[in-house]
Amino acid sequence: MSFLEVNGLTIAYGGKRVVDDVSFAIDYSESVGLVGESGSGKSQTALALLGLLPEQAEVHGDIVVDGVSVIGASAKQLSRIRARRIGIVFQDSMQALNPYLKIGKQIRQILLWHDLATGDDADARVIRMFERVGLPDPERQFQVYPHELSGGMRQRVMLAAALIAEPDLLIADEPTTALDVTVQAQILELLEELRDNTALLLITHDLGIVAGHCERMLVFESGRLVDAGATTSLFASPGHAHTRALLDAAPRIDSGNAPAPVNGRTILCAEAVEVTYRDGERGQLHAVNGVNLLLREGETLAVVGESGSGKSSLVRAVLGLVPMISGRVVYAGASLEGPVQTRPVAQRRDLQLIFQDPVGALNPQMRVQEIVGEPLLVHEPGLTSSARLDRVRAILVKVGLEDSHLRRYPHQLSGGQAQRIAIARALILEPKVLICDEAVAALDGSVREQVLALLRQVQRESGLSIIFISHDLAVVRSISHRVAVMYMGCLVEVADNEQLFSQPRHPYTKALIDAVPVPDPIVAPKKAALRGEVGSLLHPPSGCVFHPRCDYAKDICKKEQPEAMNVGGSRVACHRAKEIDLTT
Amino acid sequence: MLRYALLRLLGAIPTLLLVIVLAFLMVHAAPGGPFDDERVLPTDVAANIQAAYHLDESLPQQFFRYMSGLLRGDLGPSYRYRDYSVSELIGRGFPISLQLGALAMALALIVGVSAGTLAALRQNKLPDRIVMFFAMTGISIPVFVIAPVLVLLFAVKLHWLPAGWSGVTGPAKFILPVITLALPQIAYIARLTRASMIDILGRDFIRTARAQGLGTATIIRVHALKPAMLPVLSYMGPAIAAIVTGSVVVEEVFGIPGLGQFFVRGAGNRDYTLVLGIVIFYATLIVSLNLVVDVLYGALDPRVRRR
Amino acid sequence: MKVSAGILLFFLVFAIVGPWLSPPEYLRTNFDLLLQAPTFSGGHFFGTDELGRDLFARTMLGIRTTLLVAMVASLVSLVIGVSYGAVAGYCGGRIDAIMMRFVDTLYALPFIFFVILLMVAFERNFLLIFVAIGAINWLDMARIVRGQTLSLREREFVDAARLMGVSTPRIIFRHIAPNVLGIVVVYVTLTIPQAILVESFLSYLGLGVQEPHTSLGALVDAGVNQMEGASWMLLIPATVLALILMCFNFLGDGLRDFFDARRAT
Ligand SMILES: Nc1ncnc2c1ncn2[C@@H]1O[C@H](COP(=O)(O)OP(=O)(O)O)[C@@H](O)[C@H]1O
Ligand code: SF4
Ligand SMILES: [Mg+2]
Repeated sequence: MSFLEVNGLTIAYGGKRVVDDVSFAIDYSESVGLVGESGSGKSQTALALLGLLPEQAEVHGDIVVDGVSVIGASAKQLSRIRARRIGIVFQDSMQALNPYLKIGKQIRQILLWHDLATGDDADARVIRMFERVGLPDPERQFQVYPHELSGGMRQRVMLAAALIAEPDLLIADEPTTALDVTVQAQILELLEELRDNTALLLITHDLGIVAGHCERMLVFESGRLVDAGATTSLFASPGHAHTRALLDAAPRIDSGNAPAPVNGRTILCAEAVEVTYRDGERGQLHAVNGVNLLLREGETLAVVGESGSGKSSLVRAVLGLVPMISGRVVYAGASLEGPVQTRPVAQRRDLQLIFQDPVGALNPQMRVQEIVGEPLLVHEPGLTSSARLDRVRAILVKVGLEDSHLRRYPHQLSGGQAQRIAIARALILEPKVLICDEAVAALDGSVREQVLALLRQVQRESGLSIIFISHDLAVVRSISHRVAVMYMGCLVEVADNEQLFSQPRHPYTKALIDAVPVPDPIVAPKKAALRGEVGSLLHPPSGCVFHPRCDYAKDICKKEQPEAMNVGGSRVACHRAKEIDLTT
Repeated sequence: MLRYALLRLLGAIPTLLLVIVLAFLMVHAAPGGPFDDERVLPTDVAANIQAAYHLDESLPQQFFRYMSGLLRGDLGPSYRYRDYSVSELIGRGFPISLQLGALAMALALIVGVSAGTLAALRQNKLPDRIVMFFAMTGISIPVFVIAPVLVLLFAVKLHWLPAGWSGVTGPAKFILPVITLALPQIAYIARLTRASMIDILGRDFIRTARAQGLGTATIIRVHALKPAMLPVLSYMGPAIAAIVTGSVVVEEVFGIPGLGQFFVRGAGNRDYTLVLGIVIFYATLIVSLNLVVDVLYGALDPRVRRR
Repeated sequence: MKVSAGILLFFLVFAIVGPWLSPPEYLRTNFDLLLQAPTFSGGHFFGTDELGRDLFARTMLGIRTTLLVAMVASLVSLVIGVSYGAVAGYCGGRIDAIMMRFVDTLYALPFIFFVILLMVAFERNFLLIFVAIGAINWLDMARIVRGQTLSLREREFVDAARLMGVSTPRIIFRHIAPNVLGIVVVYVTLTIPQAILVESFLSYLGLGVQEPHTSLGALVDAGVNQMEGASWMLLIPATVLALILMCFNFLGDGLRDFFDARRAT
């Protein structure tokens, strides 16, 4: 008998089934991946295994953990299963840890409750656990509150909590989704290292993670388990059309056709842009540090980097949404100056922005028709309302929506639909430059592919120039002509797509690429390429900002900030770019 | 932490100064003097009185005289209780009001927090409905309605409890006034506790604690109680003010010789120095208690403290 | 919520129409009918007071005064609070910090004592009551509007509007105001009962409206003096007052849940 057996599990809310007749089993010490798009019922299933569903959930079927039935179990029986038999790590560690309690106390409480240790013994065990999950200075960390830690460190604390009672099964629900790729690689490696004999149920939307870390996989589609089997065989020959579709929608960083470079005139040019923010009493935060960048007509330029690297601040400064401390932006020969409100209306028309949160970018009190038509009201005030409506209809058709959407409010749209509306609103003015700030990050695989296809099509038809900001290198690989890499406010490398991915010249670019999981079980996951985490922008490192994490750092790197130079078709800011060989 | 407390203390000083100046100006800008309605006095007698109370000085002179007295704890003579200084009157009335107020606050906190927590744990079930109905009634009935109605019921009709204060010995005389004073605060605190408890119990970190196997009682005690009490703590400022205000009514209805009664009497017969003194005294009290609440808040919420 | 709104509407009509139909009734003393208990046959449904005045007519008048004071006071707090809060929230930064520091300072003041002081010092002035109550209540409103505006200002749809070239007034009126409206409506509904409380408290202390005019608070005060012999004089206005307060509170709670639910979706 397996450790965990699930039979005919059905979860419904008010009669609507979100998990429908699901059966599977997990053996001792095996690793199983659970994949599916958002809302397919993955988390609900995980919560059900621990008896954690909310009261209003109607649950049917059997869940048996080592002979004990979870559904209908008493509080006491559940308490024996939780933590001791099954531990769980949630996605959002900021929310999942108690912000009012020191982390040491939170974890100590588990030992006390389950009578696993008392007094100093408990403290010692917690500290040992902190050491194992790689928290620096574990004794001091005992006294720290969650908000004082970085996302990666908090996720280590979550792991410590999940493993401290030595469970037989560890459930990890999107444990790295909120983290940067390099930190994700570290956490996944840690997970493998720590669990040794503990079984793993790894929930994720990222097929690359499953390919690298799970022996078997389960595929969910709108509440149903549609496919299951060994990871290698499912990747080689999917048993279900949905698995096929998921695989097709998963971009690969290591292959595929990189779009060929475009040779247009320069349309937008940023010189030595610098942006700082005041961080309360604590001083100046250097978000963008002297960045030079140019955009050609008709090309897609990707700007990549981990969160906090200054991607958004850079384009927001270009658009006049945040003040630029110094530097210059030239668009079509004219320089762009001052806050957006003070810029000439014609200039504003040509540059448009698409945001990450599709719903947040739409006024909740306005209907689609008003939202999409509003730019016309400003820029073409002479238009009659029926002419305006015609234009709105036409653009909706273009982004793949229908008349029936015209009278909806934003909350009545799905994420993908909302993003199309935002794109329609931007495109109705026929801008010359479209800036997409993580525009597909909140979208599921298939929807993301559709939105990317839409952007490509518009570019083909109208010669639009696009700045595509993303933290997802695999997506960038598939859409952009050129790529710019940022780290802690500095531009470290710019190159054509193919060039950058096949022959990175900057150690950071290389590390970033290596950290991206490849959705192919044949390709073994690389060792976590980068140690440490991104430092504080309040006190950026001297010299090369990357030196504390760089394997190639020398003395000069700590003292002098490297100038950008041309190395074999790439523009790189690294003292040692010419001498080191990164192709391994 | 200490720095935070000191900063708040510094911030409280201008507030207090503002209170004193405002109150002083209001009283002195009042049309008509305190002795106007007495039978017409011979001019020299009137002048003597004016001089005795320094009413013949200019406003700034009077203000500085008052301020320097204040710093020594002297709030001047009462205009009506001719043999007493305002400080003496406050010294007599306040201990009684303090007893009443402290008892009411303690009752309100104990009953309010328990009822609110119970309601949150049984959300939308019968206990919740009952608690919330009473709480809604509680916040909707003013103290000056509750007080006479309770007297009418328990003292006049049922003769269970004394209606007044003077002449009654033993703790029985406290029961009705304290309950009257506490009822609206019980209602507010119960509503507040319920809302914030429901909010906290719905947070992800509570789900984490449940996933760790902890029992409901432990989760409430270790994880939920502190954050759920923060809104209640910040309500303590307004609650103190409301209890002080309420005591004015309660002392009047039950004939309790506390500070509130002095205040109403003083307001009624234009005993300006007394009224001014009590306003300043209460303002200082409320501002300092607010300060304590602020600092406590900082101590309980790690995210405030580190700022 | 609908029930509360219905009852309030009823009282409102009652308050507007009632005293107007029989204007002198609440003034007419009748020394043959002092302290009559309520009867249906005698025409005095609510009985009479110690001067033989019809308590029904006086209650109607009291409701009118109380509602009038509460509404005007709420309007005052609405106007001050919304403008103050919106300016602080939209400007943000230093201006916001200073403006809110001022509100914090005022918060710590025992306002009710100032109002009493004011009433004592400056005779009983009806207008002063409005101003005083409004001045107390605008603080909450300002805080809430400011918080809401501040968070809206940071929302991406406002940035999007700026980028499209939408003018600042249109951003404020078309993009920010409608999103603040819900919470303002809720808050006004909850401010009214607070204003009623203060007004009745003052009247109860004898510092509010003056005889022969009356408000619910003044009627309760009169009732307390007669409660041993004529309990209806206390119970009737007290019940009406509590009912009105309760209705406003229920309405406010209901509206809040409604808007919360809409924001959640
Ligand atoms: N408390 C709830 N009430 C109603 N529907 C819910 C509730 N919790 C989750 N759902 C729905 O269940 C579905 C599956 O959710 P979830 O398991 O979180 O998906 P995933 O983890 O795959 O993203 C979604 O459609 C979600 O809206
Ligand atoms: S400059 Fe030095 S530290 Fe920076 S990336 Fe190059 S080798 Fe590494
Ligand atoms: Mg999920």
